[in-house]
Amino acid sequence: MSQGRSGAEQRLVTPGMAIGPLTGMRVGSGAISHNNEIIATKLGWVREFNGTISVDPITSPYLPRSGDLIIGTVAEVRNNLWFMNINGSFQGLLPMSLAPWKVEFGHARQHMDIGDSALARVQEVDECHNVVLTMKGVGLRRLSQGAVVEVPINHLDRIRGENNTNLDRLKDVSDCRIIVGENGRVWIDGDDDGISWTRQALEIAKQHGHKADFASILNKHEKTFTKKGDA
Amino acid sequence: MGGYGDIQLLRDDGLRLDGRKLDESRPVTIQAGILPAADGSAMVTQGLNVAVAAVYGPMEAHPRKIQRQDRAVIDVRYNMAPFSTSDRIRPGFNRRSREISKVTAEALESVVLVERFPRSKIRVEIEILAAEAGTRCAGITAASVALADAGIPMRDMIVGVASGKIEDTVVLDLDKAEDNYGQADLPAGILPNTGEIAFLQMDGDLSPEEFDLAMEYNFKAAREIHEIMVEALKARYDGGDN
Repeated sequence: MSQGRSGAEQRLVTPGMAIGPLTGMRVGSGAISHNNEIIATKLGWVREFNGTISVDPITSPYLPRSGDLIIGTVAEVRNNLWFMNINGSFQGLLPMSLAPWKVEFGHARQHMDIGDSALARVQEVDECHNVVLTMKGVGLRRLSQGAVVEVPINHLDRIRGENNTNLDRLKDVSDCRIIVGENGRVWIDGDDDGISWTRQALEIAKQHGHKADFASILNKHEKTFTKKGDA
Repeated sequence: MGGYGDIQLLRDDGLRLDGRKLDESRPVTIQAGILPAADGSAMVTQGLNVAVAAVYGPMEAHPRKIQRQDRAVIDVRYNMAPFSTSDRIRPGFNRRSREISKVTAEALESVVLVERFPRSKIRVEIEILAAEAGTRCAGITAASVALADAGIPMRDMIVGVASGKIEDTVVLDLDKAEDNYGQADLPAGILPNTGEIAFLQMDGDLSPEEFDLAMEYNFKAAREIHEIMVEALKARYDGGDN
């Protein structure tokens, strides 16, 4: 989030608020042009970068894009495909041919049943928002252990930190495996203490992820972790 | 709405029974993000009115017959809680709540960038917890803040305001007695930044001059309430800078 900021303008805008004149500027995401003015369409922070004015929304629904790594849960099973809840407007479709297993027609449920979570990638999204998922690829699999936590989409960058520094710290401190899905779902796997502590850290990210002092709040939380036997 | 001639609604000093000036609205407070389970939510109090709005989605539109291939549909459900008035209201949809749900949905569709979410539905639930005239306006204001809180793109927010006529005098924001015994009511949904009108209803009779004055009051109130809406949204994210 902090990358690419001019730093010149950091103001919170609400929908309908005029950001500035259109002259010489391009309109980015979260804004529209009207009567030669740039108007915010979302609640968020104004960003000016390379002559483009956009609004970084504070909250936003997940809009899948091709190539996104996501964590989905099975919502519906048919003979030859799964419908997965991907935390977006529409369910994602995972056909048998893009599953990592050799699945016989009518036996899809034996591999993944309703409620199961899986790590998948968005294969394609068409103009009508139909989403096709794939589980063919390195690391894509059914998640049979660990916990899945939901966080706001717009806080993912803050949770990861620049060059994944925050995420690496969370992994180091908790000794957990953590995978952040682009759809705002985070998979955590480790011992109970580690999972519990990481969940708390993500809860802090939910509450304070948009704040300037998020890093220091996370630092404080880091000091609260005690491994079994340490106390 | 014909008015009840012998009921006094204006004091001898020209103020209204509750001490307000003619162009003064009831105190308004707005809180955003009050419901953790909703994608966006808000609570608006205006006088004794309490309106809570929750927004869910965008989600796949069901049943499929309501889907639009090129845009989202906005599904509004306005409901007054049985305990919201002194006489218990029978729970469930009635003619009035259907009408208000419809006009609210149409007003919101004019500001939400629905073309960004084809085949989707945005669900807006408006619950009136306490009613004292002007609930549709409080409801639409709450819905507007809740939509912004949910991150739904809009070209402007809508402010619900109302003016009316009591004792042949145009006043802003009718309270219960003024609504019951007054001569006219003019609720409007105003886009404060563009000055457009998203919905307008009128109950009773107003002359063209009275109408102009009522709309002038409405625009004035819309600007004031809009500031409170913006502050409520900013307060929710207090302390953030990016």
